[in-house]
Amino acid sequence: MTTADDSRILEFDVRTEEMLINMGPQHPSTHGVLRVVLRTDGEIVFRAEPQIGYLHRCAEKIGENLSPRQWVPYTDRLDYLAGMNMNLGWALAVEKLLGLEVSEKVGHIRVLVAELGRIASHLVAMGTYGLDLGSFTPFLYAFREREKILNLFEDVCGARLTYSYMLPGGVMADLPPGWLEKCEQFLTELEPVIADYHALLTSNQIFIKRTAAIGVLSAEDAIGYGCSGPVLRGSGVDFDLRRDGELYCTRMYQGYTYQVIVRKDGHYPKDHDYPPVPPEAVIGDCWHRFYVRMLEVVQSIDLVRQGIERYRQAPGDCGVPVKMTQRLPKGEIYLETEAPKGQMGFHLISDGSAIPWRVRIRSSSFCNLSIVPILCQNCLIADVPAVIGSLDVVLGEIDR
Amino acid sequence: MWQTIMTQHQDWFRRLTERFGRGITGSSLEAVDPWIELAPDVLVEVCRFLRDDAEMRFNVLNLVSGVDYLQIDPKKAAKTDWEPHIEVVYHLSSIKKRHSLTLKVVLPRWKDDQEGQLPEVPSVVAIWPTANWHEREVYDLMGIRFVGHPGLHRILLPEDWDGYPLRKDYEMPSEYHGIRA
Repeated sequence: MTTADDSRILEFDVRTEEMLINMGPQHPSTHGVLRVVLRTDGEIVFRAEPQIGYLHRCAEKIGENLSPRQWVPYTDRLDYLAGMNMNLGWALAVEKLLGLEVSEKVGHIRVLVAELGRIASHLVAMGTYGLDLGSFTPFLYAFREREKILNLFEDVCGARLTYSYMLPGGVMADLPPGWLEKCEQFLTELEPVIADYHALLTSNQIFIKRTAAIGVLSAEDAIGYGCSGPVLRGSGVDFDLRRDGELYCTRMYQGYTYQVIVRKDGHYPKDHDYPPVPPEAVIGDCWHRFYVRMLEVVQSIDLVRQGIERYRQAPGDCGVPVKMTQRLPKGEIYLETEAPKGQMGFHLISDGSAIPWRVRIRSSSFCNLSIVPILCQNCLIADVPAVIGSLDVVLGEIDR
Repeated sequence: MWQTIMTQHQDWFRRLTERFGRGITGSSLEAVDPWIELAPDVLVEVCRFLRDDAEMRFNVLNLVSGVDYLQIDPKKAAKTDWEPHIEVVYHLSSIKKRHSLTLKVVLPRWKDDQEGQLPEVPSVVAIWPTANWHEREVYDLMGIRFVGHPGLHRILLPEDWDGYPLRKDYEMPSEYHGIRA
C-alpha cells in the first residue's frame, strides 16, 4: 500500500494553495464600494490590497470649473456622513485665501453644527461597526439618535444629507427660532443613551474579543502613513487640529473648554465615567479606535452645550456669503480642519479670476485606508472587516 | 506671532540654502503659506533632512499635489507671466513642533519636451510611507512619474485609462469600452 492510497495520511498531507479572494466592491462590510483583494492561505491573510476608485466623480476637475460658492454642494458629497464638516473645511479654506474673518456668531453656529455633525458621523461609525462584527442592535440604536440630528439639520437648512449650509463668508441662514431649545432637548435625550451603547458594544465580551489586540497600529506607523483623527489618537498620539491647527481652524474654538481624547499616562480623560479599558486591549488596536470615537461623542455634546450658551450672547450677524462672481486673490493656500474621520484638507490655487486654478482635496479616509495592508498582514479573514470598520472610512471621500 | 513665524521660515530657508546650495531654487516666504522651491535631484535629501533635523522634525507628509500650469485660452495665455510647466507641491507638517512648510518642485510638462514622455521626480516613499498612495494618485491624474516608487500604478482610474485627466489640455473621451462617458 503506497502512502497516497492511505486516506489517513492523505488527510494530513493536504497541499495548501494561496487563494485570491475579492472582498467587495459590493460586500456589505466594506462601507461602500471598496474592494479589497485578499491573498490568503486558508484562514490567514497574507496580504490585503485595497482597490479604490469605484466612486470617482472628478470632484477636483469640477472644482477647476466652478467658483468656490458653486462648488460647496460638491463638498457635501465627499464625506457624505458628515457633510457639514466638509462644508466647513471648504468655507474656511476659501476664507483663508480671501483673508476673511467671520463674526463671532458665525463661529458659534459653526461649532454647534460641526460638533453635531461629528456626533452623527461617530454614531454611524459605531452602528456600522456593530454590523460588521455581526451585531445588529447597536445599528438601530445609533440610527435612532442620528435621525434626531438629521431633523435638527433639516430645521436649519432644509436638507438631511447634503446640507451646503456653511458657505465661505458665513452660513446660509441664522438658526431658526426655537432651534436651540430643540437642540438642548436632543442632548438631554442623547446623554443617557450613551450608557446603552457602552453596554451593547464597548464592554460587551464578544465585542472585546473581536476587537482587542486586533489590528494594532503603532504611533510611528500612524504618523508615517499620515493617519489622522480617531485613528491617530487611538494610537496614543496627542494631536487634534481643533487645538493644534492653524488660526483659521482653531479660531472658532477659542474660549471653549475641552480635552483632546487620547490615552495619556495610561488613562483617558473622563475615564472614570465609562467602562474601563479591558485588560486585553492594546493601545492602537481596533478597540481603542472605537473607544476614542465614543468618548468624542461625549466631548462633542459638551461642546454643543457650550456653543448654545455662547451663541445666545454672541454679537454679530450670520455673515455675508461670498458671491459667485467674487474674484479670488492670486495665490495659493492649504488648510486642514479636523473632520470627524480625520484631517480634511483643501489646497486651493487661484490665478486671480473668480474660478480657482486648481482645487486639491486631502482626504483623511484616503490616508487612513492606506494602512490596511499593514494592519491586515497575517490576520484572519474574519478580522479584515473588524480592521476596516475600525478605521471608519467613507468611500465618497476616498474616491472624490 | 506673525513676526516669529516669518523669521522661523527665513531661518529654515537659510539653513537649507547653506546645506544644499543651488538645489534650492527659489522661495516665497511672505506668502500666506510660505513655500520653498527645490530642484528635483535634491528633493529626497532635503526631505530626509527636514524630517530628521531636531529643530524641524517634519514627520508628517500631509499632501502631494500636482498642478498643471498651462493656459489653454490663447487670449489669456498672451497675458500670463509664466511658461507652461507642472509643479509638484508637498505639504509637510510636524506633530511635535506644530508647524508646517510647503515644498515645490517645478517640472516640464513633458520630459525633454516630447509629448507623451512623463516628467520625472524622485519618490519620497522611503521617507514618508504615506507618499505611496498620494504619488500614485498624482501619477494617475496628472501624469508625473515618481522615480523609485515601489508600485506606480493608477489608483482611482482603471489601469487601461488613456491620458491624465487633471492636465489642462485633457480631452474627455467619448466612450470607455463601449460605455458612453
